[in-house]
Amino acid sequence: MTALFIDAVALWAPTLPGWDPARAAFRGEGAPVEPPQRRPSPELLAPAERRRAPDTVALALEVASVAVAASGHAAGALASVFTSAHGDLGITDYLCRTLVNAPTAVSPTRFLNSVHNAASGCWTMAAGCMQPSTAVTAFDHSFAAGLLEACVQCTADERAVLLVGYDIQACGALAESTASRGLLGLALVLAPVRGPRSVASLTWSLAAGPALAVPLRSVAAQALAGNAMADGLPMFEALALERRDAFCLPLSATLGLELRLRALAG
Amino acid sequence: MLSRIAPVQVTAYTATTALGVGKASMLAAVAEHRSGLRPNAFGRHALATWVGQVDGLDAPLPASIAHWDCRNHRLAWRGLCADGFMDAARDAGRRFGPARVAVVMGTSTSSIGATEDAYADLDATGRFPAHMNRREVHTPHSISAFVQHALGLEGPCLTVSTACASSAKVFAVAERLLRLGLVDAAVVGGVDTLCGSVLFGFNALQLVSPRPCRPFDAQRRGINLGEAAGFALLARASGAAGAAGAPGALQLLGHGESSDAHHMSAPHPHGLGAERALDDALVRAGVHAHAIDCISLHGTASAKNDEVEAALVARRFKGTTHASSTKGFVGHTLGAAGIVGAAFSLLAIETGLMPGTVNSERLDAVCGPQIRLAPARGEVRLALAHSFGFGGTNCVLVFGRGDGAAAAAIGPLP
Repeated sequence: MTALFIDAVALWAPTLPGWDPARAAFRGEGAPVEPPQRRPSPELLAPAERRRAPDTVALALEVASVAVAASGHAAGALASVFTSAHGDLGITDYLCRTLVNAPTAVSPTRFLNSVHNAASGCWTMAAGCMQPSTAVTAFDHSFAAGLLEACVQCTADERAVLLVGYDIQACGALAESTASRGLLGLALVLAPVRGPRSVASLTWSLAAGPALAVPLRSVAAQALAGNAMADGLPMFEALALERRDAFCLPLSATLGLELRLRALAG
Repeated sequence: MLSRIAPVQVTAYTATTALGVGKASMLAAVAEHRSGLRPNAFGRHALATWVGQVDGLDAPLPASIAHWDCRNHRLAWRGLCADGFMDAARDAGRRFGPARVAVVMGTSTSSIGATEDAYADLDATGRFPAHMNRREVHTPHSISAFVQHALGLEGPCLTVSTACASSAKVFAVAERLLRLGLVDAAVVGGVDTLCGSVLFGFNALQLVSPRPCRPFDAQRRGINLGEAAGFALLARASGAAGAAGAPGALQLLGHGESSDAHHMSAPHPHGLGAERALDDALVRAGVHAHAIDCISLHGTASAKNDEVEAALVARRFKGTTHASSTKGFVGHTLGAAGIVGAAFSLLAIETGLMPGTVNSERLDAVCGPQIRLAPARGEVRLALAHSFGFGGTNCVLVFGRGDGAAAAAIGPLP
């Protein structure tokens, strides 16, 4: 496929609350933040909404708004792809617990926030964006699958696309079958043509055959590997190192998304 | 950039709903104008409402796929076995190679019913019983992973979960994969089953009707939940017979997606998001709104959806367009509503039989002449399917035939 361009990068984790500290830590030039932050406070939301937002929404909107601001694109002009392996695990645990004994006590607000596209919907409302927005999931390969969908939209319709990946901590009885630790939010803005803010070019293709996870290079990235969105971390390590890099993110055990990144001089 | 797309061939499709297994059950109910809804007796605590429940989901999955067993996958399996769909999909895998066939499924809650069951059956230490501790089942991607496994496919596999527009948007995802040449065919569809989360969640939002739902009726009192599994097999039409595809073949001609940017659960009061999706779908298909013969409406029977959608239909379509909601037949099947609407539209194109709006008696004053209570027969060259969901997500699909009818139907602008 013809090259796409990455116009912005954002990341949020409790120990790496922003792309600047994450980039430094992935390069071995900075240390994680102590003590870890509990969750982000996206300024895009009004203070009351910020407090009420579930963790997934706060996390997704933080990286989405930071990435879009850095990209130079108007928020209202971007299509968006929101990807999450499990959605809001806290709300899933709440719903399942409540349904056992007191089903009529289910909170309407928490039910509304349980839909997998809650963050996508909140983003379009907060950003005043009427462009298409989707919410996808692909289990252990959710970042790679979301990136594929974003690359496809960007290429097929020649339009800039916001990609947001996020997962949170599993809790309750569900935590035993569904492993996800901490909070991790990732975002990219992809564009079909190079712009003044482009930080890297990206070529991509599908590769059939055995696909293996790319080992993480930095201790800082390895520390985030327990989160269900961690399959995106090799891409962000590569972006932090700012060099020519080729790697393959697995979409399954037998299919990969081959990527070639080339950092662009600012 | 928004421009006309090459048509995509629908080489097979099927749906299993409260009306029964496969297309024949839908067609018979449309012809007889017969609802598949029943009083709700589902679950440990049965909410007082009516539901579109599918019978025959008590038997576990075959032994070879038993580790996927749950109600949602049983419904998916039943659906796959209908109308020769499984053979058609496996044949595509053999013909193109399994890595060249995508699986893109839409769902709202996937197999969360199994997670609910596990919570109701925790052991003394508060843990899932061992036989229910299957991580592939307690996650929203479960449905696509199961379908891909069941069909022996290895191409891109993605789950779209955008509430009630999920299994409409899967057509757009697949069309783009086909357009870029990344795959040669795609299995798309949607599966959602009745579960406590949605019954009591919609109840908490005061959107559930205690009586059979009556879409677009002046006396409508809310929705009835339903369950369904539907699938379509898509391939590039140009691969079948020239750029326009095989004569007479069913085709996806266009799709449009948008966001309301208004409210999590209420539609934009002027239907601006829905209209934007409609406009994009018509542009991609290269047809004018006045060429549309039949519309499968979202028509949930909620006060707001029907009001806004009826106004949109009244201002955009000619009076002879036949528009109806099939929610009175099957209930609101949430993440499966898109594929069910698509299946009703494709059936109308194939047979000329257009569904009525069953259960409804007196249309709301906001409805134009397009919205029909009774079924009708006629030539259906172009049909739409509307799907709108929580989060303000909208998707409109355009279907037709590969015989040049679509091009001829563009016609002069009014």
